Amino acid sequence: MSPVMPSHAPASTMQDALRAAGTQAGHIGDLWNGTLALCTVVFVAVVVAMLVAVWRAPRADAATRPDTSSLSGPEHRLWRGVGWATAAAIAGLLVLLAGDVFTSRALARLPLEDAVAIELVGHQWWWEARYRDADVSREFTTANELTIPVGRPVVVTLRANDVIHSLWVPNLSGKKDLIPGRTATLRLRADRAGAYRGQCAEFCGLEHALMALLVHAVPPADYEAWAARQRQTAQEPGDAVARHGRDVFLGTSCVMCHTISGTTAQARMGPDLTHLASRQTIAAGMFPNNRGYLAGWISDPQSLKPGVNMPANTLPPDDLQALLAYLETLR
Amino acid sequence: MRAAAWLVAALALAACEREQRPTHAPPPASAIGSPSRPATAVAQAHNRYEENAYAVSQGKTWFRAYNCNGCHAQGGGDVGPALMDAKWRYGADPASIYQTIAHGRPNGMPAYGDRVPEDQIWQLVAYVRSLSGQLPSTVAPSRGDSLQDAEPEARRSKEKIRPEPPTNPGEQR
Repeated sequence: MSPVMPSHAPASTMQDALRAAGTQAGHIGDLWNGTLALCTVVFVAVVVAMLVAVWRAPRADAATRPDTSSLSGPEHRLWRGVGWATAAAIAGLLVLLAGDVFTSRALARLPLEDAVAIELVGHQWWWEARYRDADVSREFTTANELTIPVGRPVVVTLRANDVIHSLWVPNLSGKKDLIPGRTATLRLRADRAGAYRGQCAEFCGLEHALMALLVHAVPPADYEAWAARQRQTAQEPGDAVARHGRDVFLGTSCVMCHTISGTTAQARMGPDLTHLASRQTIAAGMFPNNRGYLAGWISDPQSLKPGVNMPANTLPPDDLQALLAYLETLR
Repeated sequence: MRAAAWLVAALALAACEREQRPTHAPPPASAIGSPSRPATAVAQAHNRYEENAYAVSQGKTWFRAYNCNGCHAQGGGDVGPALMDAKWRYGADPASIYQTIAHGRPNGMPAYGDRVPEDQIWQLVAYVRSLSGQLPSTVAPSRGDSLQDAEPEARRSKEKIRPEPPTNPGEQR
């Protein structure tokens, strides 16, 4: 069995630190470009110096005696070359240090008026996102996919529940660790609409490599519409099959770990499924969110993502189809 | 000398089993059968998870996730009885604890048999037994994901189990 890679993901969602889509990633990109330029100058200077030395060396044939003059007395005017090289190295390092200081100052000075507050909790191996609000009744929880408004700053509060994780969305920001028992904050702003892939950047167990986070940066009006939908409780299923699916959900092991708001399912162990059908992927960005993958995931998640905490559910076929029909109504 | 080296190698290989993690759905076979079928005939079931540290620590995860703490308060007891002491009303052997979790008991313990998968119940059984030091310290958890105001399960001394008669319904614990 080989792990299935998300080949369906469009190229634009692949992470790319060199294509900044936000001001924070832009600052980090500038620092990278400056460092690359300086290192290129140093590299070229070293190579040129070496080539000059080779070119200036006296030509000799097999009969010439070896030149041992430098062994008999100290080299003249050595201090000059060494002095220049030391001064250039110190100056270069100071430039990099200044670049570092100015970059982190620029990162810290992101204006935070009207910021979107998101609490992101790392789990083995998925992301729980709670959108905070001064009015608690307007808060909502989602998983594995963030939607943020273009042009508005976002303050992400980072926490972890089991082991250390790290958030890295290269197009938008640098890395920051999620440490159990501690709280860290990451500030970012997307300036260009698009879907940006993030990834856990700290080894956190068996499926660390398949712990992805998709960030959708959308126009502010679309964000408000999305958030308003997310705040609603789950729809009452319309037809009999979906109603049966809801009963299956509430009567089997699903209800022990998942939340569907508006029902009695209120557990916080697994991802919140209130608006599952509005997400593009399942299993932390691993598979497209469609009926086939969902059925496979429910029946035998261990064969798709070995080690995951979701148990296998051997449901009778009718119950499984009804459950899938119900999950598809959770828009 | 060579024999000693072989012995060390064999020990190291044997120790691998301790942490072995199943990456496929476990077979449904167990000594007791499905939760809907009471297992009164089985006196003492062998729980293979009691030899696997990973399974026991998963049991600890479920214990928190399924809010066993809500009544049993990390094994110390609250509304439900304490699980880290020597007193057991309904038996401390794996089969009895499986029964308790899957089918419930009078005076408050709900039946989780159709909500919690069978292998997870067995992991919970192994963990519950580690609370009173019934498992060897090489298998019982030595850490937890959450704050724990008690010694790690791996360092608890083994309680000498004695049965406790069930209390009357009106009486407090």
